[in-house]
Amino acid sequence: MTERHVIAVLVDNEPGVLARVIGLFSGRGYNIESLTVSEVDAEAGLSRINVVTIGTPMIIEQIKNQLDRLVPVHSVRDLTEEGPHVETELALLKVAGQGDKRVEALRIADIFGAKVDDTTLESFIFRLDGQTEKIDRFIGLMKPLGLVEVARTGAVAISRGQEGI
Amino acid sequence: MSQEMTGSEIVLRALVDQGVDTVFGYPGGAVLPIYDALHVQNSIRHILVRQEGGAVHAAEGYARSTGKVGVVLVTSGPGATNAVTGLTDALMDSVPVVCLTGQVPTHLIGNDAFQEADTTGITRPCTKHNYLVKDIDGLARTVHEAFYVARSGRPGPVVIDLPKDILQGKGSYTPPSVNGHRSYKPKRKGDIDRIEEAAAAMAQAERPLFYCGGGVINAGPKASHLLTELVKLTGFPCTLTLMGLGALPASSKQFLGMVGMHGTYESNLAMHHCDLMINIGARFDDRVTGKLDEFAPHSKKIHVDIDPSSINKNVRADIPIVGDAAHVIEDLTKVWKARQYRADRKKLDAWWAQIDEWRGRDCLKYQSSDTLIKPQYALERLRELTKGRDDVFITTEVGQHQMWAAQFLPFEKPNHWMTSGGLGTMGYGLPAAMGVQVAHPDALVIDVAGEASVLMNIQEMSTVAQYRLPVKIFILNNEYMGMVRQWQELLHGGRYSESYMDSLPDFVKLAESFGAVGLRAEKPADVDGVIEEMIAVDKAVIADILVDKAENCFPMIPSGAAHHKMLLGPDDQADNPISEEGMVLV
Ligand SMILES: Cc1cc2nc3c(=O)[nH]c(=O)nc-3n(C[C@H](O)[C@H](O)[C@H](O)COP(=O)(O)OP(=O)(O)OC[C@H]3O[C@@H](n4cnc5c(N)ncnc54)[C@H](O)[C@@H]3O)c2cc1C
Ligand SMILES: Cc1ncc(C[n+]2csc(CCOP(=O)(O)OP(=O)(O)O)c2C)c(N)n1
Ligand SMILES: [Mg+2]
Repeated sequence: MTERHVIAVLVDNEPGVLARVIGLFSGRGYNIESLTVSEVDAEAGLSRINVVTIGTPMIIEQIKNQLDRLVPVHSVRDLTEEGPHVETELALLKVAGQGDKRVEALRIADIFGAKVDDTTLESFIFRLDGQTEKIDRFIGLMKPLGLVEVARTGAVAISRGQEGI
Repeated sequence: MSQEMTGSEIVLRALVDQGVDTVFGYPGGAVLPIYDALHVQNSIRHILVRQEGGAVHAAEGYARSTGKVGVVLVTSGPGATNAVTGLTDALMDSVPVVCLTGQVPTHLIGNDAFQEADTTGITRPCTKHNYLVKDIDGLARTVHEAFYVARSGRPGPVVIDLPKDILQGKGSYTPPSVNGHRSYKPKRKGDIDRIEEAAAAMAQAERPLFYCGGGVINAGPKASHLLTELVKLTGFPCTLTLMGLGALPASSKQFLGMVGMHGTYESNLAMHHCDLMINIGARFDDRVTGKLDEFAPHSKKIHVDIDPSSINKNVRADIPIVGDAAHVIEDLTKVWKARQYRADRKKLDAWWAQIDEWRGRDCLKYQSSDTLIKPQYALERLRELTKGRDDVFITTEVGQHQMWAAQFLPFEKPNHWMTSGGLGTMGYGLPAAMGVQVAHPDALVIDVAGEASVLMNIQEMSTVAQYRLPVKIFILNNEYMGMVRQWQELLHGGRYSESYMDSLPDFVKLAESFGAVGLRAEKPADVDGVIEEMIAVDKAVIADILVDKAENCFPMIPSGAAHHKMLLGPDDQADNPISEEGMVLV
């Protein structure tokens, strides 16, 4: 019954706008799987919020309508519903260990196409981008190999084709 | 370059340019500069309330009865926090209000300064939008935008938080702009293809029903007028929500009475059995739908609402139409006429015959008494003794008396009925009545009150006295939080935990102490005299009507039950214990 949707929201870059969006989700009991925000057009003062949420079709529709009626919101786009889109996320992982585990971690990182951003004799920092579930799998594999810390950005997405938001 | 003004002057100038003539407020340190500027002008009248909560309800009453934006002015910290209940009330009932709150100077924000509160943080979830002004150059534009946001689309409350240094600083004024808002542009015209589809569905319906609400009132008197025409034209029955009363004249033969928990038998059964529901400006509130999965199970639903988030929220619409009620009703009428649609007379007659049978149950009848004043009787007398007047405005508090007022008083026009529906705020009625009276100085403004509710904002009697507002407070005094007692009978074995109103004041003396007239009715024979005198005296009146303490409000659909599981009287109540599922609902 529940579906995962990636929603892009274009908002005025003004104080409190993120609190409005987050307050809407918590106040109405909607799920946030991930949420990212950053200015995308300094001249026009616009930021883009990318939200990944889970809900029944009726709840997803509510979420979009509730977002759209916030005063500083310019547009709300449901990328999942609108069709083909590119979605990606970035993760940094710190993996500590020595000997076989260290070798194995490096080997798997190589298979996943993760970059080594930093290393000491006892640790690596890997950087990996890609689909959320690819990152989930990579984290799963690193756990027994000495995973110490993870930082993830949450998903960002953009629709295919020539049309803009 | 226009001439420099102080922030306070800019605020007042912007209010005047927005057509504001009245502000309800209460001063304090952070807003003293505005009060100083108010002191030296004549365009805006300030009504000094006795608690900020009263100011917001008064502004709501003013707004609901005029269609204009109500304006509130309060100080920082406790002034702003006292306004929160009223703001939430206005949000739930879609009332346009602009509330100016004082704030500590910008350089002190975040320092736990004296009387500092995070007003924009606190009011974010209970306003349609709010602003913290940090730059005097944006001040005038912000005030204009706040009015635009408060009144357009689905109306609601807007807070403007004004740091003291902004009020005292100097800047230039910008007049209201004609350019639209850059991101907030509610849709007013409904999609014409959908309207065509709706009209076609109406022409084919066998058991159609209009279910209309506060959105029709919000759309202005023209919308009610258009609705009345369309209802007449189609010959369909129509029911209204608590917030929609007055959208169709109560005297219309096609009006079935209020729908919902305390609505009429015929309205609720018509909702349950209709095959086409035409919802215009109502939001499928739980007080109306009852048990959702058994709600109007055989019906196709048209839903007209200006706020897309109201559509498909609780109940799926088959024909959703986003737009302003007045525009959509107008277009719907045009299509109906242009296509020469007509209801199938035979099927519609059969539907009316069924409805008339339900009407025959006379669901609002009550056991009359020679010795005890039945609350319904008191309201019937109020109805009779104000008959023919078209300047009667009714406000209410919250409880049984509110429901009886909705059931027994006749609402012929929009904007003459103000009640707290969505939040159900006890203490709303007295300050709301003040706001109505300020806007309509010569009208007969009556707060139908409960003795418990009215005590929640009783301090406003002092405001009533100061401005000589001749409001009438008609207390149906049952010495109980009657609505609570009724639920305790229904759900908790009649254990009246803390619902008895002990140590009530002598309302007659209380009235007198505020320079008002106090009257009391103790038996049915007193009622007419008290009402006549209440209306005749050109002063504020508290009429303390001592009613039957045990009376309950029927019909009632217990929470969690479907429409056809309605309780019609005390005997039904005893026979129908509430389900466990229903027990957890409010
Ligand atoms: C003790 C108690 C008992 C109650 N019992 C009942 C009861 O028995 N029956 C009952 O009906 N209510 C009852 N209520 C009230 C109930 O809680 C709701 O407030 C009420 O039902 C909502 O009315 P509404 O659907 O008309 O919506 P409103 O709250 O008036 O909302 C209006 C809707 O119209 C839309 N709208 C606004 N402007 C426009 C426009 N210009 N054009 C088109 N659409 C517009 C809005 O977006 C919104 O969806 C009770 C309340 C209390 C306190
Ligand atoms: C501020 C607030 N507190 C509590 C309630 C819950 N409540 C609803 S009705 C009611 C009793 C109202 O009593 P009264 O004003 O005497 O009206 P009656 O039901 O007796 O007519 C209460 C406590 C409420 N609606 N509002
Ligand atoms: Mg009472």
